[in-house]
Amino acid sequence: MSKDVVTNIILRDDEDYIINMGPQHPSTHGVLRLEVCLNGETVKYVVPHIGYIHRGIEKMCEYDTYKQIIHLTDRMDYLSAHMNNEAVSLLVENALGIEVPERVKYIRAALNELNRIASHHLWWSAFGMDLGALTTFFYGLRDREKILDIFDESFGSRLLHSFVTPGGLMHDVHPNFRKNIMEFVKYFRKKLPEYKKLLTDNIIFQNRTKGIGVMTKETAIAFGVTGPSGRGSGFSCDVRKIAPYGIYDQLEFNEVLYTNGDSFDRYMVRMDEMVESMNLLEQIVDKMPEGTEFTAKMKPIVKLPEGEYFQRVETARGELDVFVVSDGKKHPYRMRFRSPNFSNMFTLNILGRGLKIADLVAISGSLDLVIPDIDR
Amino acid sequence: MEKNMDLTALLAKIAPQGEVVQGNQFPELTVSAEQLFETAEKLKNCKEMPFDFLLDLTAVDFETKFTVVYHLESTKTHDVVVLRTDLPDRNHAEVETVSGLWPAAEFMEREVFDLFGIRFKNHHDLRRLFMEDDYGHPLRKDFKDDINLIEYPN
Repeated sequence: MSKDVVTNIILRDDEDYIINMGPQHPSTHGVLRLEVCLNGETVKYVVPHIGYIHRGIEKMCEYDTYKQIIHLTDRMDYLSAHMNNEAVSLLVENALGIEVPERVKYIRAALNELNRIASHHLWWSAFGMDLGALTTFFYGLRDREKILDIFDESFGSRLLHSFVTPGGLMHDVHPNFRKNIMEFVKYFRKKLPEYKKLLTDNIIFQNRTKGIGVMTKETAIAFGVTGPSGRGSGFSCDVRKIAPYGIYDQLEFNEVLYTNGDSFDRYMVRMDEMVESMNLLEQIVDKMPEGTEFTAKMKPIVKLPEGEYFQRVETARGELDVFVVSDGKKHPYRMRFRSPNFSNMFTLNILGRGLKIADLVAISGSLDLVIPDIDR
Repeated sequence: MEKNMDLTALLAKIAPQGEVVQGNQFPELTVSAEQLFETAEKLKNCKEMPFDFLLDLTAVDFETKFTVVYHLESTKTHDVVVLRTDLPDRNHAEVETVSGLWPAAEFMEREVFDLFGIRFKNHHDLRRLFMEDDYGHPLRKDFKDDINLIEYPN
């Protein structure tokens, strides 16, 4: 193994002073327990304990039809609900060889990018709050609400949409959909410089994040860290580029890469990705075909041919892979979700060692963890 | 398709005893449990395209056997191959760990151990990940939940 890769082996000692961070600690964003070993205020090692919100989604999938599974995928990474839905939908469509209408592909891409902005923006708000800048939380939630309003108008739900299904969409989007996106992009473009002034250029924020939690590219690859967290280390892992799905191969966008691998670079990747997402949204709105088509012809109960299927999708947090073994029945024989947060979270021990507790909060914030996605 | 032909040739070169087939998406290589670690090491250190990124590690219970499935990606060329091994002995299913090659495997193996009861030899910290110690292995097909007796219609 290359010497740049740090191993995860923990040497426990009877004299260790151990405290638990979580499962109720606000900065753990849910139900994650970190067993933190301290020497004074310096972290010696971190052992994550998970499973507090394990619902057995993979087992439940074995008893559900593919259209029912869509509703379970929302509950994994609830901030990337559209992408999770699309992962299963694409898998079923590819397995059956169904071509969805062009318009549906554009709407899906638009929903993905809106969802990505909403997710990154909520992360930005919470990250500021983790580091003691409470204002970001109010500003962030205010603007995220505008995206949720677009969702609300089109399909009546704000967080768990279950809108993208195998074959297309549940129903057509609201006639104002296109206009709303344009208005939102116009509004949000003006807001981003404000946020730069508020948090990115803040010297206290920069001191808290620059050089903190440095992850090398080798470590990112070895631990399977994907998404903005991996791209902050220079690991080119955007599935939209390397294994394009939907219409992403027809759209122009840049993969945002930073090379320092510290918390600040992970922050910058997400800030720049929001700009890229807005560029994508403008292209999508321009090119989206007119019409009312929202689904391909599908049977009410889908049966996949016998075999194994694999689908890669880029969510707001990294690469989500769905692996299905089908025995030709209406339920999958085995369904596996490789969730991005799972791999990202286990680098906490590598990144946090030797730093202070407050830095651990900055690191876990910069990794953008959603715990239900880890536990599934 | 030509690229995939090269990949299957490469896999056949790496594991002469293994069985190489072109699956519907990726080239697939099946080896015995004894050869698994050696093959994985060769794939990781392969000169032409090092498969340095462990995309996914999981297991499937086929009732007559367990299959451990590894999806590997080369970050250089973004090619994906599937490596798999069959474990016919349900009660003593055991395979060598690959967490020394890909640290990401450490936790995925703990998950597989938790949900299937497959043991990974030489894993330095093989504890259960989600469930309590006295709970069964829920993703096995013969698992019965004694507490939540919910009958699913088939």
